[in-house]
Amino acid sequence: MTALSIRDLRVRFGAFTAVGGVSFDAADDEVHFLIGPNGAGKTTCVDAITGLVRGSGSVTMGGTELLGRSVQATARRGVGRTFQTASVFEQLTVVQNLDIAAGLHRRWPALLGMRRSVEPRVEQALRDTGLTELQDAAAGTLSHGQKQWLEIGMLLVQDAQALMLDEPVAGMSHDERVATGELLHRVKRGRAVVVVEHDMEFMRTFASRVTVLHQGQVLSQGSVTEVQEDPRVQEVYLGTAAQPEEELVHA
Amino acid sequence: MSITATGGTSRPTPDAAPRTPQRASASARGTGRTLPTGKALPTGKALLAGLRRLTGGPEVPGPRHAMIGLGLLALGLLVLAPMLLTDFRLNQLGRFICYAIVAVGIGLAWGRGGMLTLGQGVFFGLGAYAMAMHMQLADAELQGLAAPQFMLTFGADVPWWWEPFRSGLFTVAAILLLPAVVAVVLGLSVFTRRVKGAYFAILNQAMVFAFAVLLVGQQATLNGSNGLSGFQSFLGFSLYDPANRRAIYLLAAAVLILLVAIAWWMMRSRFGELLVATRDAEERVRFLGYNPALIKTAAFATAAVMASIGGALFVPLVGIISPAEIGVVPSIAFVIGVAIGGRATLFGPVIGALAVAWAESSLAETFPSGWSYLQGLLLVLVIAILPGGVASILTRFRPRDGGPGSDHPHDSGQPDLRDLPDQPDQPGHSDRADHPTQPDLTVQEGDRP
Amino acid sequence: MILSQLVAGVSVGSILLLAAVGLALTFGQMGVINMAHGEFIMVGAYTAYVVQSVLGHAGISLLVAIPTAFLVGGLLGVLLEQLLIRHMYHRPLDTLLATFGVGIILQQLARDVFGAPAVDVRTPSWLQGSVEILGTAVPTSRIFILGLVVAVVAGLSLLMTHTALGRRIRAVVLNRNLAETSGISTRSTDRLTFFIGSGLAGVAGVTITLIGSTSPTLGTSYIVDAFLVVVAGGIGRIKGAVIAAFSLGILQAFIEVGTTASIAKFLVLVIVVAFLQIRPQGLFSVRTRSLA
Repeated sequence: MTALSIRDLRVRFGAFTAVGGVSFDAADDEVHFLIGPNGAGKTTCVDAITGLVRGSGSVTMGGTELLGRSVQATARRGVGRTFQTASVFEQLTVVQNLDIAAGLHRRWPALLGMRRSVEPRVEQALRDTGLTELQDAAAGTLSHGQKQWLEIGMLLVQDAQALMLDEPVAGMSHDERVATGELLHRVKRGRAVVVVEHDMEFMRTFASRVTVLHQGQVLSQGSVTEVQEDPRVQEVYLGTAAQPEEELVHA
Repeated sequence: MSITATGGTSRPTPDAAPRTPQRASASARGTGRTLPTGKALPTGKALLAGLRRLTGGPEVPGPRHAMIGLGLLALGLLVLAPMLLTDFRLNQLGRFICYAIVAVGIGLAWGRGGMLTLGQGVFFGLGAYAMAMHMQLADAELQGLAAPQFMLTFGADVPWWWEPFRSGLFTVAAILLLPAVVAVVLGLSVFTRRVKGAYFAILNQAMVFAFAVLLVGQQATLNGSNGLSGFQSFLGFSLYDPANRRAIYLLAAAVLILLVAIAWWMMRSRFGELLVATRDAEERVRFLGYNPALIKTAAFATAAVMASIGGALFVPLVGIISPAEIGVVPSIAFVIGVAIGGRATLFGPVIGALAVAWAESSLAETFPSGWSYLQGLLLVLVIAILPGGVASILTRFRPRDGGPGSDHPHDSGQPDLRDLPDQPDQPGHSDRADHPTQPDLTVQEGDRP
Repeated sequence: MILSQLVAGVSVGSILLLAAVGLALTFGQMGVINMAHGEFIMVGAYTAYVVQSVLGHAGISLLVAIPTAFLVGGLLGVLLEQLLIRHMYHRPLDTLLATFGVGIILQQLARDVFGAPAVDVRTPSWLQGSVEILGTAVPTSRIFILGLVVAVVAGLSLLMTHTALGRRIRAVVLNRNLAETSGISTRSTDRLTFFIGSGLAGVAGVTITLIGSTSPTLGTSYIVDAFLVVVAGGIGRIKGAVIAAFSLGILQAFIEVGTTASIAKFLVLVIVVAFLQIRPQGLFSVRTRSLA
C-alpha cells in the first residue's frame, strides 16, 4: 500500500531550482532509500515534504494533501523526521525526550500534569531502540549513534506513518550501522520509511526500494539491483565522486 | 548481546531481538550518573548534596526536596522574619519579596524558556498602577473627596477609565488578566514571527521604555513622573497601623511561597519539560507537532502575571509607584537577581532577588556609590564566569555525570547563536534552507559517505 | 507647517542615526549586543566637556573633541571587546547583560568624577544662531550635526566598499570560518570593527553636547532608540539604519503635531514594534530567513 505519494515536487530558492519535479511513492513496510550525489536535492525533498521549505506539486498521505501545511501540522498528520546532525533535547533525559514526542497524542490539558510513569508507548520505543538502560541519562551525554536511535525512538512514539530519516548512519561505526539498519526493518511494519543516505553499502544492505536523484530530478527508480544496473546512475556517479562509483561497480 | 554476531551484510529477521551495541557503555554511564545518596556520604558532602537538590541545578527538585525548600522559605519569611525583624526592616523585606515574585516569573520565562524578559517593568507597572488607582479611589472615598488628591490639584475629574477600579474585585481581575492579555497578544505576534533571542529582548526593552514615557506624560490622570503615592488605607485597613502593615507583609510572603509552588509545578509538569525542549531546540519541537509560539507565549504570560502580582503588592508595602520604578533600568534590575541566583533553578531566582535587593539597600545606606559598582561588577562576573548563577557552584561539586550536560553551558537558557542572523546550523535546518539565496551552498549537500 | 515638521524630523533623525551608526557596525555586522554603547556616547560627551575645560576656546575644542572622543570611545570599545565580549561571542543574550553591567559601572564612574548634575558644553559662536530653511528657522548646530552624519555615513560606506579593511569586515560577517581559512585574522578584524563602532559612539556624544546638557545617564536615553533603528533598518545594513533613523525622526515630528512629545514617542515605538511584526528582518535584509 502506498503511504506517501510525491508528485511533481518542485522547490525553488530564488532563481535556483533545488528540486525540479520529483515524483515517487513510499510504500508501507518498505525502507525506501533516496540517494544521489551532493546537491541532488535529497534533503530539500524531505524539507519540502515536512513543511520546512515551501514546495509546489503534491505530497499526499492517505489521500490528504500535505503541502502548504506548517511543520507542526504536517507532523500531526503523521510525518516524522530526523536530522543529519542528531537534534535531541540535550538537557532532558531520554525518557523526557520520548515523552515529549508522545505529546502528539495527548490533549493540551495533559501538559499541566506531571509525568508520573513511563507510558507503554514510550517503554516500547525504549525497547525497540535498546535505550532502556539509558532512559534516565541526559540526552546530551549519549553517543552520536545513540542520539540517532533516540531520534528514531521519538518517531516511533510519535507513531509517525511516514518516517523521513536524513543520513541516519553518518558518522556511525560499522556495527552501529548494521544495528540501525535492523532497527529500520523492525519499525517499517505498517509504516513507510524514507532514508536519505550517502553510504552505499548501507543502502545495498537495507534498501527495499531506491530512488536516485540527480540535479533535482529523479534519475532512476527501482530495486537495488535495478538501480545499480542503470547506466545513467553509473554515469552520474562516475562523473562526480570516485568512491560511490567504485562501490557501485564492485557490488 | 553483541552486534558483531549478526555479521555485516545479513538481512535482519523481523523477530530479531534488540541488538544495539550500547549495552556496555550504557552500564558505564549508568553508574557514572548515579547520584550519591546522603547516607553513603560524609555529612559535609551530604549537606552539599541536599543543598544541590534543593537548588536543583537544571533539574527541578523532586516533590520531597521542593517541599523542604518551600518549608524553609516559609519558616524564614513567615515565622523567623516577623519574629526577629523590626517593623521597618520587615517592611523592607516585604519590598524585596515583591522583587522576588517578579523573579520567579523571570526564572520561568528566561531560565526555563530562554526568553530574556527585559520588559517586566511593564507588567509590574500594570499591576502596581491598577492597585494604586484602586487605593487612591478608596482613600478619596474615605476622606469624602470627589477625586484623588493629586487630581484635585490639577483641577481634573476622575477619568472614565479610573471608574471601574473603584471595585476591588475588578481591580484584582485587572491585576491578573490585564498583563496576561498584553503578554498573550505580544507573545503570539512576536513568537509566531519567530522573533527571538536578542530581538525579543530589545523589543521588550523598547516596550518598557515606551510604557514609562507614556506614564510620565499622563500628568493629570496618573500624576506623571511623581507617580501615585500617599496612600492611607488598604482594603479599608489603615496603613498607619503597624499590625496592618505586618499583615500585608505576611500576605506578600505567602503569595511568594504560593507562586514558587506554582512555578515548581509548572517546571515539573510536562509543560515544563516541553518548555526546556523549546528553549534548546525550537525547530525540533515543531517537528513533534507542537507550536512553539504557544508554549513560549504561555510561559511569557505566566511571568507577566507574576510580575503584575509583585507590582500590586509593592504599592501597599512601599506606598508609592512611579515611572522610575518600572523603566528600562529597574526592568534590568529585576533580571540581575535572577542571573545571580541561577536563572534555570527553582529557588535561585528567589534567593538571588532577595539577596541582591538586601545587598543594595544595606550598601546604599552606608556607601551609596559602592552599590552601583558592585552591581555592575556582579553582573559582569556572574554572567561571564558563572552563567548558571550561584546555584551552579553547587552543581559543580556533583560527581561528574559526564558529557556536555554536566557543566550546563546551556542551562543559561541561552539558545546561543541560534537566535542570531548568521547562524547556519539551527537544529532542524539544513544549510540550504537557511541560505536560499546562495545556491553555491545548496550544492554542498550532506557529508561524504 | 509640514515643511517645518519635516526639518525637525530630519534633525531628530540625524542624531538618532549618529547614535545608531556605531551600533550598526557592532550589532549589525558582528552581532554583538553592546549595551554599554550608550555609555560610550556619554563618555564622548564628557570628553567634549573635558577638552573644553582644558582648551577653553569653544570652537577649537569642538574640533579637537571630535577626534579625541573617537579615540577614547574606540579604545574603550577595544578594551571591552578584549576583556569581555570576545569570550562570549556564542552567548549574545549574556553579552547584553554583561555589557549592561559595564554600563552601570561607567555611569557610576561618571557620577563620581563629574557629579550627578548635568554639565554644559559651550557651543562655539559659529554654531550659534539659526538659518532659514524653507521658511523655518533651523539652528546652525543642527545643520552641523546633519553634515557630520552625512560625512560619517559616507566615510563608513566608502570604508566598507572600497578598502581592504571593509572587505575583510564583510568577509568575516558573511562566513567567519571561511574568512579565517583564507588568511584573514578574524581577531584583529573584530577588534578594528569594534574600535570604529565604539569610536563613532564617542563622536555621537560630542555632537549631543551641542543640543543639550551632559549627564551620567545620557546614554540610557539613546540606547533603546539606537537599537530600534538598527533592528528596524535590518541587521547588517547601514543603508537600512539611515532610512530607519530618518523615518523614525520624521514620524516622531509629525505625530508630535497632534499630541504631546511623550505620546509621540510612545506611538513611534508602537509603530516600530508593529512594523517588526510585518517584517521581522527589518527594512533590508540579505538573508530573508535571518530571524527564523
